[in-house]
Formats: sequence, C-alpha cells, structure tokens
Amino acid sequence: MKSAAFDYVKPKALQEALSLLEEAGEDARLIAGGQTLLATLNMRLSEPSVLIDITDIAELKGISVVGDSLRIGALVTHTEIEDSELVAKHAPLLKAAAPHIAHRAIRNLGTWGGSLAYGDPAAEWPACSLALRATMIIHGPAGERRISASDFFIDLYTTSLEPDEILVATEIPLASKQEVFYFHELARRHGDYAVAGLAAVAQKQGDVLSNCAFTFFSVGATPVMAKKAQDLVNGQKLSDELIAKAVAAARAEIEAIADITNSAEAKQHLIGVLLERGLKHMSA
Amino acid sequence: MSLKKKISMTVNGQLINAEVEPRRHLVDFLREDLHLKGPHLGCEQGACGACTVKVDGQIIRGCLFLAVQADGSVVETVEGLTKNGTLTDLQESFMRHNAMQCGFCSSGMLLAAAELIEQQPKATREQVREWISGNYCRCTGYHSIVDAIVDVLDARAKGQKIKPVVANA
Repeated sequence: MKSAAFDYVKPKALQEALSLLEEAGEDARLIAGGQTLLATLNMRLSEPSVLIDITDIAELKGISVVGDSLRIGALVTHTEIEDSELVAKHAPLLKAAAPHIAHRAIRNLGTWGGSLAYGDPAAEWPACSLALRATMIIHGPAGERRISASDFFIDLYTTSLEPDEILVATEIPLASKQEVFYFHELARRHGDYAVAGLAAVAQKQGDVLSNCAFTFFSVGATPVMAKKAQDLVNGQKLSDELIAKAVAAARAEIEAIADITNSAEAKQHLIGVLLERGLKHMSA
Repeated sequence: MSLKKKISMTVNGQLINAEVEPRRHLVDFLREDLHLKGPHLGCEQGACGACTVKVDGQIIRGCLFLAVQADGSVVETVEGLTKNGTLTDLQESFMRHNAMQCGFCSSGMLLAAAELIEQQPKATREQVREWISGNYCRCTGYHSIVDAIVDVLDARAKGQKIKPVVANA
C-alpha cells in the first residue's frame, strides 16, 4: 500500500528540530531510520501531516566513551552497534542482541533511539537498556533531562517522552571485568519478533552472581524485570536447586500477556526456559 | 497536499535531479520515474525484501525509505551492479544451481547475498540461511539459493571464480 500525503522537513540542528516539533504539534512525526514508521505509513495506520527527518543532526550521532559510561547517540543504527568495537568491549550484551533485530537491510537503517522511543515491548533494545541500567538523555523546550530506563517504559508503545521532546542519546555504565551476560530470544524464524526473549546481566565472582538484571521482552506491555528471581540469585552460590527456585519465582512474578499466535501460558513457560538457560550459561 | 520536493542523487553512476512527493518511496521512484524495473515491490511493509537496493553502500528496504530521504545519496540497483560486474559470480552461481524460478525475489536475493559475502566472507551455511531469511522466496524453498551463495563463498575463499554456465559469445 501507499501512504497518505505528508510534508517533509529536514532540520540541521537539534534546536531547529525542537522548534519544528513544537510548531507542528501532535500531527508531526520524527523520522530517523523509519523502519517501523514507514511500514505503518504504508499501511495507513498513521497519517501524520509532516515528517521531521532528524538524520542530519550531529548531536544525535556516534558511539563514544564519556567518563565511566558508553554514550550511544539516538541515530546510531543497529548495524553500527553490531559492528562497533566500543560496544563489543563496553556493552557486549548489545553486540550479542543486534543480529536478532530483523534483517541486515533493516538494521542498516533502523536506529537505537528509534527503537527505544517507540517502546515496542517485543523489541530488543528496550529490554537491553533496562538490563544495562541505561540513562536516557532527552531534550525538550525546557532543556535537558535525564531519566533511567526503569522509569522510561510506561506501557504498550508508551514511554515518558513528551510529544515536544527528542531522545538524544543514552548512557550505559561500562561493563566491568566481572560482567557476564546472556541474550536469547525464541522466535519462529530468525529476525522475527520473539515469542519470548531474555536480556540478562550480572557480576560474577567464583560461582556467585550479584547485581543481577533479568529483563524479559515480548511477554508483557513493556520489558519486565524478574525482580524476585534476581533477589533470589543475588549473592548466592548458584546450584540446580537455586536455579529451579529462580525459574519458579520468575514464572510466578511475571504476568505474561498472550499475542496473536502464542498463549500467555506458553510465554509463562518460556520465561522459565530462558532463565534456566541464561543462569546455566552465565554460571558456566 | 502534493507539495513536491527537489531531490538529486546518483543512481547507478548517473546524476539524477527530480521532484517528488514526500510520500513517494524509493522503489516507486526508481521503477516509475526512472524506469528501473530490477527492484521489485512485494509487500510494501518491509517483510519480503523484493525491494532491496543499495544506498550509500548498504542494502536497505526500498519500500521503507522515501525518495526524499535519498537526496544527496548514491543509489545502486541490480541493473547498475550487474553492469559493473559486482554480482557476476553470484549471478553465474544462481544460474548454475537454478536458484530462481519466477525470478521475482532474485534481485533482492542477489543484493542481500552480495552484502553477506562482503561482510562475512567466512559465513557458514547456517549463517547464510539466517542472513537471507529477510528475503522471501516462494518458489525454490531456498535450498538452491543457499547452495549458490555457499559456492561463491567457497570459491572466493579459494581465490577462484565461478565458471560461467553459458560461455560469452
């Protein structure tokens, strides 16, 4: 299908984009990679009056180490994350997750910031940003504000971004030498949205994991942390018995929501399957 | 609203100046305005990969990219990449393995496969399957396409060329 008509502007600077966004109001949409937006426009699920193309804005680009954080600009593409040596070193979970995002032709355009701002609960980056305790850097008419990933994802496709704000970048604490991680998603075909997925990070000393973050995606309205399972595992010697307890806790605390092809029960089951595999992998 | 935007881009080595509606996606622009019929339109929602073209050296979905977004870019289609020889090995291998039937997906398959060979010259058969899972083929069951791509990877690793099926006249 073809989209309805719209106007198109391409500001060169962040301030200009913010002004355009304020002027155009709720009929405007920001476009970066557009890999979700263009599909929804083609299907006429959305009919904005104007697209504000932010891809020329330098402040939104690039991956760099800033102090003890890895800064990933909103315009960084999935491919750039997949291929980045800085990411491989300082946030290896993201490198492991990137190949699961759709297909290369889509990863070449789709962006880190676009995925976060869209807040799709089945997407990889929201879950990873939560597991890695990312901080979102947001600019709006009132200047800059920072918000943690755990406060950013509010509901289905709903984040704390206001309509007149732009996500500029995120900062992620650099991975320590003790960091272990696990990323896996169960999908019908590689590149499809996951039936259920897990992005997990922990600090490992001997056979004890601490600072655990087990974030599941594609199971609820937002990515969800298995907090009780984390508390059970934190600081304890990992055994088959403890893994079984953590699995039971995760299944009990997360209320999975069915999707068009998979029941809530199936997802609830897969939460445990993923966590068991993840814990065995991280403790090996 | 039909306010047109002026754009210019290099398509298969040629500088193009045009005016387009912002809503016109790149593949419609290439097919309807420039009469390049290599890139195909399938699903128009990013699922099938028939519209795959290269923009600034990377494969993209031509239906999920607007012609106005390509302003100032270098665009390459199967026509240009055939002419300059980039795809010759793959095309010979596709013919050798009968890796197309209706041919509708072939241009997208070739471009996706070419980027795989460039990015992952040591790709395994499994990785080839994963990579091209983004391009739908509804005739061949993929087997012969995977065979064709794996043969090119093998040949490249050994520094060999794929022998043409039909000798050049």
